[in-house]
Amino acid sequence: MAFKEDHELHKRRLGRNIGLGGVLVAFVALVFGLTIVKVSEMGPIVPSQEEVSE
Amino acid sequence: MSDATTSVFDQSPEAGFGDYVALLKPRVMSLVVFTALVGLLVAPVAVHPFVVFCSVLFIAIGGGASGALNMWWDADIDAVMKRTQGRPIPAGKVSPSEALGFGLALSGLSVVMLGLAANWFAAGFLAFTIFFYAVVYTMWLKRSTPQNIVIGGAAGAFPPMIGWAVATGGIGIESILMFMLIFMWTPPHFWALALFMKSDYKDAGVPMLTVTHGRKVTRNHILVYTLLLAPFALALGVTSIGGPVYMTAAVILNVLFVKGAIGLWRRDEAMAEADKYRAEKKFFGFSLVYLFAHFTALLAEAGLKSFGMGGW
Repeated sequence: MAFKEDHELHKRRLGRNIGLGGVLVAFVALVFGLTIVKVSEMGPIVPSQEEVSE
Repeated sequence: MSDATTSVFDQSPEAGFGDYVALLKPRVMSLVVFTALVGLLVAPVAVHPFVVFCSVLFIAIGGGASGALNMWWDADIDAVMKRTQGRPIPAGKVSPSEALGFGLALSGLSVVMLGLAANWFAAGFLAFTIFFYAVVYTMWLKRSTPQNIVIGGAAGAFPPMIGWAVATGGIGIESILMFMLIFMWTPPHFWALALFMKSDYKDAGVPMLTVTHGRKVTRNHILVYTLLLAPFALALGVTSIGGPVYMTAAVILNVLFVKGAIGLWRRDEAMAEADKYRAEKKFFGFSLVYLFAHFTALLAEAGLKSFGMGGW
């Protein structure tokens, strides 16, 4: 079965969909970057004496 | 897809990605970004560059979201005013309910993300700013009082305070004075615009001072606010974020701004119409330079401090 040719509507929406996709990818990158910064700012987690003795 | 459905989709102009960006009022956003960034960078607490980037981005998105809510509420008057007829809602590209949903979603997202990236005090401040612009200014004051610009101007004055709050987690005299600088600057800036955009506001029924009290009173108000603005601009120069560079710039800019306001105050409508509001347009243009230069000077002081110079 042959693929149907894209409707003109889909062509018109292509720019919008690509833009939204870009925004979502950027948002994921932003959250990832923030997580890295926040975690590295906290420094290493040192266990307490009680936790060590357990 | 059936032909019937096709014809429905073909009826209205399709909103592109740019139309959603336009809902965020990018030009207003640029002022928000700049002043928030300066507020953040001049604060005495160092912040990780990536957190600075994210915080300013979320403040800008919050500001943009309030712009979308403003466009949703004001769609009826935007359709009347020449300057705003091409906005996405009056142009029929984005439906009002879509703009409302877009504004609300971005408001929530920006506040939560700023809270997670920086602190919840700054996030609360951003939420209050969005509420102030969308509800207090847009829904309440704009159509009910000629003082709309004065009180509504507070919304545009909050970003440097939010930036400061991102770094310090609170409020300081410096951030209050940065707020006052924009707050007192807003009325002369917009009233100068209203002087040469008279018919637009009149057609839309927005009670601008020029429409309700006349143009002579507006000229008086511009002068009074410009005179009241100068002490705040100069006071900022003697705080911890001021210094000789800022003070020199502030003195020059305020002398020129007051001189311009006196010039407008001396003019009457016959003079203004004779030269097509040249002085009013010039004053409006200079007001943009005035604000930009003050915040740039603050940034310069902060930059010099990192090299062991700057400040008093």
